[in-house]
Amino acid sequence: MSEALDTREYKVIGSRVVRPDGIDKVTGRAAFGADLNLPGMLLGVVLRSPHAHARIKSIDTSKAQAMDGVYAVITGADFPNASETEDPALSANVMAREKVLYHGHAVAAVAATSMAIANAAAAAIEVDYEPLKPVLSLDEAMADGATIIDEQLRTAGADEASDTPTNVAQFMRLDRGDVEQGFAEADVIVEGEFATPTVHQGYIEPHACVATINEGGQANVWCSTQGHFDVRSLAAKVLKINVADLRVTASEIGGGFGGKTTIYLEPVAIVMSGKARRPVKMTMTREEVFRASGPASATKSRIKIGAKSDGTLTAMQAWIGYEAGAFPGGPLAPGLMCVFAPYNAPNFLIEGVDVLVNKPKVAAYRAPGAPQAMYAGECMMDELARKLKIDPIDLRILNAVEEGSTATYGPKFKAIGFKACLEAAKAHPNYTRQLAEGEGRGIAAGFWFNAGMQSSAEVHVNENGTVTVIEGNPDIGGSRASMALMAAEELGIPYEQIRVIVADTESAGYTNVTGGSRVTFATGMAVIQASRDIITQLKERAAATWGIEEELVEWEDGHAVPKPGVNADVQPLSLADIAGNAGRTGGPILGRASLNARGAGPGFSVNLADVKIDRETGKVDVTRFTAIQDAGKAIHPSYVEGQMQGGAAQGIGWALNEEYIYDADGVMENAGFLDYRVPVASDLPMIDTQIIEIPNPTHPYGVRGVGETPIVAPLAAVANAVRDATGIRISELPLSPPRVLEALDAAEE
Amino acid sequence: MSRTHVTTTVNGERREFLCEPQQSLLDVLRDELQLTGTKEGCATGDCGACSVMLDDRLVCSCLVLGVEAEAKSIDTIEGIATDEGLHPLQEKFLEHAALQCGVCTPGFIVAAKALLDQNPDPDEQQIRYWLAGNLCRCTGYDKIIRAVQDAAQTMRGEAS
Ligand code: FES
Ligand code: FES
Repeated sequence: MSEALDTREYKVIGSRVVRPDGIDKVTGRAAFGADLNLPGMLLGVVLRSPHAHARIKSIDTSKAQAMDGVYAVITGADFPNASETEDPALSANVMAREKVLYHGHAVAAVAATSMAIANAAAAAIEVDYEPLKPVLSLDEAMADGATIIDEQLRTAGADEASDTPTNVAQFMRLDRGDVEQGFAEADVIVEGEFATPTVHQGYIEPHACVATINEGGQANVWCSTQGHFDVRSLAAKVLKINVADLRVTASEIGGGFGGKTTIYLEPVAIVMSGKARRPVKMTMTREEVFRASGPASATKSRIKIGAKSDGTLTAMQAWIGYEAGAFPGGPLAPGLMCVFAPYNAPNFLIEGVDVLVNKPKVAAYRAPGAPQAMYAGECMMDELARKLKIDPIDLRILNAVEEGSTATYGPKFKAIGFKACLEAAKAHPNYTRQLAEGEGRGIAAGFWFNAGMQSSAEVHVNENGTVTVIEGNPDIGGSRASMALMAAEELGIPYEQIRVIVADTESAGYTNVTGGSRVTFATGMAVIQASRDIITQLKERAAATWGIEEELVEWEDGHAVPKPGVNADVQPLSLADIAGNAGRTGGPILGRASLNARGAGPGFSVNLADVKIDRETGKVDVTRFTAIQDAGKAIHPSYVEGQMQGGAAQGIGWALNEEYIYDADGVMENAGFLDYRVPVASDLPMIDTQIIEIPNPTHPYGVRGVGETPIVAPLAAVANAVRDATGIRISELPLSPPRVLEALDAAEE
Repeated sequence: MSRTHVTTTVNGERREFLCEPQQSLLDVLRDELQLTGTKEGCATGDCGACSVMLDDRLVCSCLVLGVEAEAKSIDTIEGIATDEGLHPLQEKFLEHAALQCGVCTPGFIVAAKALLDQNPDPDEQQIRYWLAGNLCRCTGYDKIIRAVQDAAQTMRGEAS
């Protein structure tokens, strides 16, 4: 896969072009998940559990069935047995069977001619529950004698296999050297405990889909998703149908951040469409999005770091517990792999657990697991710098991984940009800018692996020499522009002559999700290879036209030209010339590539945050924020900056305001944007960005993923700034006004 | 359920629709009039994705009943570009890459236009407070604020 790095001057890569889908998105034409209406379409709603943990004794749907305008009423009994499917947890999460495992868990659904009728019918379904004690925190779940959520569950990865039922789904350990010895050698040791709450991705567009299925079992689904091929395979598993019978079209997507990489409504809509023999549309309300989609894990952690008096690390230790929600699958492994990834530690011991609680099953959220882990790790690096009286950037530079270092998670790093980011931070004017009275400054590092995975692309040459790129990644933040830029660069034609289509599962080659910061890297690589495939064919056509050998033709600036010294009297042929003549030289010109991309270059970042604290109310305001990140090569710098700024805003929200607040029964008390408060425009300053470009050696242009790394560092950067401003380390997020005020008051006493 | 007949003006055109008493203006625009450019992010007045002008006043259409549109004039995202082309705000949102997923964009453009129509030269803080009812989860607002500032400058006839 590895290709020689391109060192040429780029013509269009790195320019700030207008995205091809832009006009439709500023005029209201772009069709998102809820924007499709079909003739005869019904509207579906889900009846959800009022209990966080209960046994379903019986469900009586007869009253709902009898209502005028109701076409389908379904329950778990209308789905294949969860245990007989390839993914029982997914199936049971889509529709509860014997037990409900969180408040909001789906128990039944209705499709009717209007929302009013559907809601009335759902309310008429009678469910008899036997309430059980809910398990609502890591500590409760792991306590002796804890209520067991799933009697069948045993701890995976435990040192000693046990046959005792447990809520601990997985144990994991990473270690190297002798951590006790490392602490014995340390001149200074810092230790701390941290906690982070459940938070939500907060995409503005709620989940939505429209499904139809015919009498032969062939289904069409339109939905808002980060990966329509995954919707196809996951829905096929839940319904035990053939993927070939399921065609999924991705609508435009109104944000996902990892939360739209799984399925909730789609199989439900398909089953109801089959019963009703009509199209069924389903959309979640915002309240349902909070209660019943997949938020990010709450965590608890303990960190201990030892160093020599000059700052050299001798030992690093971490324990991190992730709440998985009602089914196994919190981001334990990536979290543990990230926590100390930026540093060379001769001795480390990193352990953690993935634990069931009666809350919604967590889903991916931008660099899943890393923000929680690195929040704790980077707060302790800050404490270490304070104790050693070393500049926090210098401490990190001294211990930073670089090319050739062995990562805590195993492999050796190739070219990476961590030191370059640290040095840029140190030199940044915002690092030395005078702070106002009462302000504080924090710094933190961020890290994410980035993914490669499978992608396909086709490049079609139209008869006038314009080009259509066909790919399979929903465009969540300008990726059509990046694909068109890469195709334009390769083909040597203007960006404006390229159109990019995100095609459905029957029209595009198989492609993994828009996630893992992989699209520009992996699908971009497929577009580059497909474009190169086109160039090979264009050279063949030119050679045939000129009656010379293919090897004697070169492709330059969008033209076929003979090699120097060959047949000097022929005129160069443009892409349009060759396309116009394609019928006479062999027919249409179509390029394609499919690949499983390896070698996604890891992403590093450094963030600087300045905060001001209102000592009367405890409110923290971020007054200045600087995000520095290695992008490898920024294909479209504005969209790279946009990722950095958006990730910063989400990280600031996580640090300062956002949290699921539960009552004693496990009911979320703030399931709306009024009380689950994400940052608004007046909460934030401009977010300064600096893109570092240390090329990723495995990508033809040096691209590394950029989408996820930006959310990792802001939590600790803000927390460290609050520590700086107040002199107090508050070790639980969010740093909301009451919590900060309480800490300030306690410190005064 | 009995439906009420409503006559209204949408983007300068006379429109009629039948509407249930509990239906919001947002639902009417999207489901009865097929104007799906106006988005629903919350239906509780907290996200601004559903922003429209009702008799020249900026409102969350999810908080207005469909029947309240009787004899009123409604302007939506679909009415902002003209025969002359895109509105400067639309141009500048594109130029500044002020949208990533784009689902918040119609609401932001409608709300920002309402600001610039009454204050052609807002400062950064005024823009931030005016747009505080519009949530964007993708951009961190930086590029949105800059796009609005740049559009204001263009609309004032100053070179950017
Ligand atoms: S949908 Fe109206 S404010 Fe959110
Ligand atoms: S661009 Fe996605 S919510 Fe604003």
